[in-house]
Amino acid sequence: MEKPIKPSLRAWLEGGGFFVAGFIGALVVGWVIFPMVLYSKQPQPMNFNHALHLNPEKVDGIQGDTETERCLYCHGFYDDGTFKGIPRLAACTECHDDPESPLGKTLEEKAFMEEYVAKNKEIQWLSYYKQPDCVYFSHIAHVKNGKLDCRVCHGDHGKTSVIPDYEANRLTGYSRNIWGKRISGLKTNTWDRMKMDDCAECHSQKGHEENNACFVCHK
Amino acid sequence: MEKKHGPAKGNSYGMVIDLDKCTGCGTCMVACSAENNLAVRPDESDKQRSITWMRLYKVTNGKEFPHAEVSYFPRPCMHCDHHTPCVSVCPATATETDYHTGIVSQIYTRCIGCRYCMAACPYHARTFNWWDGYFPKGKGLERYLSPEVSPRMRGVVEKCTFCHHRLMRAKTQAYAEERKELEEGEYITACTEACPAQAITFGDLNNPEHKVTRLAKSPYAFRLLERLGTEPKVYYISTKDWVRKLGDNYLPGEFKPISTVKAG
Repeated sequence: MEKPIKPSLRAWLEGGGFFVAGFIGALVVGWVIFPMVLYSKQPQPMNFNHALHLNPEKVDGIQGDTETERCLYCHGFYDDGTFKGIPRLAACTECHDDPESPLGKTLEEKAFMEEYVAKNKEIQWLSYYKQPDCVYFSHIAHVKNGKLDCRVCHGDHGKTSVIPDYEANRLTGYSRNIWGKRISGLKTNTWDRMKMDDCAECHSQKGHEENNACFVCHK
Repeated sequence: MEKKHGPAKGNSYGMVIDLDKCTGCGTCMVACSAENNLAVRPDESDKQRSITWMRLYKVTNGKEFPHAEVSYFPRPCMHCDHHTPCVSVCPATATETDYHTGIVSQIYTRCIGCRYCMAACPYHARTFNWWDGYFPKGKGLERYLSPEVSPRMRGVVEKCTFCHHRLMRAKTQAYAEERKELEEGEYITACTEACPAQAITFGDLNNPEHKVTRLAKSPYAFRLLERLGTEPKVYYISTKDWVRKLGDNYLPGEFKPISTVKAG
């Protein structure tokens, strides 16, 4: 005959079961549902294949020996040293100049030709890396003076063939790339986050403690 | 805890204002406000509440005509080098002296608005935002806002930054030309650039070749409340004894006019 479970133990088991179920439920809410609620998703106006454009074997006209140099071909600097950021249509039409004759065979390019090049309309890209208003960042100080590669902060964005949806924090309005894709805020690569501590960490590691002064990055 | 710092390493940006040249026109104030996104109040005539980083003070020698004389003191932040009063009292570390540029920073997103720094500053160089910045809509004022200077929100203290964004701009230009050091005159403040009388000189006080260093050593050069020992980096020049005397509080007979110093 089975031994009857003691009422007190039974209560413990039941309570423990509810606790575990509640705990898992809370974890799901915190780690899965909360980020879905917190971040809005917006598709970019059109796709852009970075991997294709950065491949000199496939794209005739992209210049530069290293990946960073090829990035700078489109995302370059003005003469005064300021960063051009996301290229304007004029940069695209240096190569894609004739709406009637696309350079590739993709439907995306055809749509781009008809929608933007033929109408001479700027593409309203959404910037993944826009920092808050109080932050000053000089690309040239890092890329030319500091000799950093683009991927140190931007990761493998240049190797993607499909650009991801733009996600913005609904509370702050900042891009998700600033906090990082992981809701835990942990990072394994230098490009996982773009917060103040990440800037400071790199400055310290490279022996530039003086660049952790407030007014270097704040304005 | 007090940090031990020597004199500024690297650069020590400072300013020399020649009061003999200053006409009191106020262009420096206007240029500063336009450059640094200073908001306007609905009633700008209320000077108790309006904000300005560069304030112009009028002083007179107190004598009757025909001996009356007038001089003007343009007063930016003094960017004190030693025991910077505002920095030493800030409980939020929202302001600090950068010992590589000599510039006293003010980080609005870090400021908690306690206004302790305003009480500590002997020069009244700091002002408090009682309201959010107001830029009248439909008049085009918002289109003149500079993206290089962040606008201030309600509840924070602001002050002159020696147009710090212009230093960043000059550095960016230098990097584009593959230089690391700035030439004299590449980084000057908006007030320096705007002054029609060219009364303001701006440069690196640590660089003996810069004009400011030479001017600051003039026998006619003085600083406001110099004997407080805060080592301000804004120097004034006046050949008039009564103007120099107004730069500090002297006991009777304590102030030495230049003529007697030379004779003695």
